[in-house]
Amino acid sequence: MTVVELTQSLNIAAPELALAVGSMVLLMIGVFAPKDSANSTVTGLAVALLIGVLGWMVFFDEQGTAFGGAFVQDAFAYFFKILTLVGSIVALVMSVGFAREEKFDRFEFPILIILATLGMMLMISATSLLSLYMALELQSLALYVIAAINRDSARSTEAGLKYFVLGALSSGMMLYGISLVYGFTGHVGFTEIAAALTGQERSVGLLFGLAFLLTGLAFKISAVPFHMWTPDVYEGAPTPVTAFFAAAPKMAAMAMLVRVVTDAFGTVTGDWQQIIIFISIASMALGAVAAIGQNNIKRLMAYSSIGHMGYALVGLAAGTVAGVQGVLVYMAIYLAMTLGTFAFILAMRRKDEGNVESINDLAGYAQNNPLQATVLTILMFSLAGIPPLAGFWGKWYVFLAAVEAGLYPLAIIGVVASVVGAFYYLRIIKIMWFDEPESKFVSAAGELRLVMGLSGIFVVGFIVFGGPIAAYAENAAKALF
Amino acid sequence: MWSMLKQARGFDLMEITISHYLVVSALLLVIGIFGIFLNKKNVIVILMSVELILLAVNLNFVAFSAHLQDMVGQVFALFVLTVAAAEAAIGLAILVVFYRNRGSIAVEDVNMMKG
Repeated sequence: MTVVELTQSLNIAAPELALAVGSMVLLMIGVFAPKDSANSTVTGLAVALLIGVLGWMVFFDEQGTAFGGAFVQDAFAYFFKILTLVGSIVALVMSVGFAREEKFDRFEFPILIILATLGMMLMISATSLLSLYMALELQSLALYVIAAINRDSARSTEAGLKYFVLGALSSGMMLYGISLVYGFTGHVGFTEIAAALTGQERSVGLLFGLAFLLTGLAFKISAVPFHMWTPDVYEGAPTPVTAFFAAAPKMAAMAMLVRVVTDAFGTVTGDWQQIIIFISIASMALGAVAAIGQNNIKRLMAYSSIGHMGYALVGLAAGTVAGVQGVLVYMAIYLAMTLGTFAFILAMRRKDEGNVESINDLAGYAQNNPLQATVLTILMFSLAGIPPLAGFWGKWYVFLAAVEAGLYPLAIIGVVASVVGAFYYLRIIKIMWFDEPESKFVSAAGELRLVMGLSGIFVVGFIVFGGPIAAYAENAAKALF
Repeated sequence: MWSMLKQARGFDLMEITISHYLVVSALLLVIGIFGIFLNKKNVIVILMSVELILLAVNLNFVAFSAHLQDMVGQVFALFVLTVAAAEAAIGLAILVVFYRNRGSIAVEDVNMMKG
């Protein structure tokens, strides 16, 4: 690698470099700042850094391949990186009020979020199995610690322990798959793997490798049958952490999954398509059924996210540009809905009890605070996929792609699952509007109200400005084919 | 006479090929996975099982690297070793805070949330 190539590579990866250097600087600031103000200083600077990187990505469109083909900055990467950064920023902003009230004031939290975000951005851009693995571990190691960040709470540490054990297992299985893929193709770069796979008889070893690789990726997006950690981690981790988990890492892992199967295994579509169809159907079914009996709203959102990953995978199963476009649109909509819902969960706070998490605590929300209850109702309708809200359009894009690709059974199962799944969203609406009122929540912090409002506007207004987003997603999807 | 003896003791048969490595590594992987799922006693055993899985992977990488005459596999194995060390450190740290809260690291005590 010559000096010129190195400079070019560094230039292309500049947003990631800024995050890496910034996290180190913030760590130093956190260590040397006075103890009582360290958290607020570092959180503020971290938000500023992330917003700066987001602005950089929006305004300086520096595309290309870097580091000898291990890293790529294309339209697809841009789309998902912007989603990931938005998820991280909003989750971090939403943690401020919680930190104030619940003594959740460790300055390491924003720094770990930045490191996890850096890992996610590298995951999205990884075009070699080696850089993919390193990026994934950077993200995962930060997330294990974030899950256990409230180290005086038995639930938080248990969530961290469970996440760690199952995460390490899935990384191990994925790595075993990578080793088999390397052994049977002789390469780790995506383009080289794709070239080695064309016109060649596929060996059993390669199929094993592909299956193991998909196992690890399915774990990261919490698709059935590798979803076991999700409800426990969502419930046990502190709520701002759960909001972060539900938003940003899902984007990055989905981007990574899409890139691996379309880029490296694009020539053997039939082999991974069956696996994706299976985990898609299983996730949709479990997400629809298992959430019905839940009373803890964080746990319910965990099952809801499992179901939504299933719907997004319907688009990927189609394996076409339209399908990938559907995945991108779906993930953008899911991000907005999820962040909005978690703003409400963070706002479920009583003066005497602190934060409450049972869905029965929402009883009478409509009488106590009609405006917020209306917005939450809209979000729930959107999560259930009721037209003309955003959630419906997300499902529209993925199911349409599946039908165009001839996957009628998959689309029909998806529609049935979304009808069944509507039950528990409607149950929350019923509790809010028709049950006997409980005592009022304390009024929500300003940043939470802002997030609620923005996500409500997004969900209602998607029918108006959804066109440009879909066009942008199509442009991004074309970068992969 | 000597050659018959060698054959009887299997000396000539012992040429180690890539498939031998693959079998050993697959066995290590299976032992590691079962160590995680069948283990009812201790979380430390789970950490050891995770290490076993990563060792299986490393064996695979190095064997393939030698077989393919390609250095990437060995570089990958070095990266995996590094990450495994970091992972073990974080796992043990989480285990320590868990022990402080619960006073136990038995697997059956990791049960506050059920579902």
